[in-house]
Amino acid sequence: MRILAIIPAFNEARNITAVIEDLKSFRGDILVVNDGSTDDTAAIAKSLGAEVVSHPFNLGIGGTVQTGLRYAYEHGYDMAIQFDGDGQHRGDQIFKIVELVQKGEADLVIGSRTLPGGYKMGITRFIGSRIFHCLIRCLAGKAIHDPTSGFRCYGKQTIRLFSRFYTDDYPEVESIITAARNGLRVVEVPVLMRGRLSGHSSITRRKSAYYMLKVTLAMVVDAMRGRDLVGES
Amino acid sequence: MDLTKIASLGLSVGIFCFVVWLVRERRLREKYALLWLCTSVFVILLTVSRHILEVAALAIGIYYPPSLLFLVGVLFLLLVAIGHSVTLSRLSEGNHNLAQEVALLRKQVEDLKEEQKAHKL
Repeated sequence: MRILAIIPAFNEARNITAVIEDLKSFRGDILVVNDGSTDDTAAIAKSLGAEVVSHPFNLGIGGTVQTGLRYAYEHGYDMAIQFDGDGQHRGDQIFKIVELVQKGEADLVIGSRTLPGGYKMGITRFIGSRIFHCLIRCLAGKAIHDPTSGFRCYGKQTIRLFSRFYTDDYPEVESIITAARNGLRVVEVPVLMRGRLSGHSSITRRKSAYYMLKVTLAMVVDAMRGRDLVGES
Repeated sequence: MDLTKIASLGLSVGIFCFVVWLVRERRLREKYALLWLCTSVFVILLTVSRHILEVAALAIGIYYPPSLLFLVGVLFLLLVAIGHSVTLSRLSEGNHNLAQEVALLRKQVEDLKEEQKAHKL
């Protein structure tokens, strides 16, 4: 099975070396999707032997992950792993999220912090996650405890679906609905994560209200859509 | 002709000419210009004959004819704004896809170049 690790990176020059080093034991290809960085992210990643794709300008996390998934789709990868460029995700946890996809028991695996064995998140984030958790359960009939986690493994079907339909901003929660509504098996597994090494989360406190509203609207509208995969083989 | 009439006529004709000029200078596409030209013609008609406005307003139960003008104006602007939002969404979608395509193609070109170099050596 061919696996691709997708690392979305925007101005992560300070972290990218550690992230790629962390993936040394990973048996698969590494693709850094440089989202219009103004620093040396791309050059450093290339010098460390990773494949690099660079956006001409900033597209946001969703567009960046999608570029990676399109690459995976075009190159016929069986699995893709999303691994953040800021150092929060741990290479030694990859086997946990890969396992179920490899066995053919899941199409999308989410590495989760809140399940037993995970780590504690801030209170704002916790409340937000709870609300999304309930919404997802209503709209997709699934219990996902850490819907905003970006540590994920995508199976072949999911790669194909997301290479066509994926949101630009704040895609994590919405993509769960999209996948579930298209009959893909979404599974959550507990993983360990680190605090971020450097830089800030893309979701600031000021933006979080907008984040909640936007994602909620997107989820409800998404649930009203038909299946995107119908009639395709 | 009273002064208000002359002023509003002048304004509508001015806007009409401005839109034609924009199209001539290729700053505005014909597709979008059409809408604005129709509007200014409509306004010119209403200005020239206040009678039309009065008849129309009374017909739908508006007793102060100029408020029909405002109503139509606001509704029209609303539709134009929604239309622009749709166009904007389409454009940003296209922009998004283009950026991804460019990124993937550039990578492909670089890979091909390297392959070629390796063959030559």
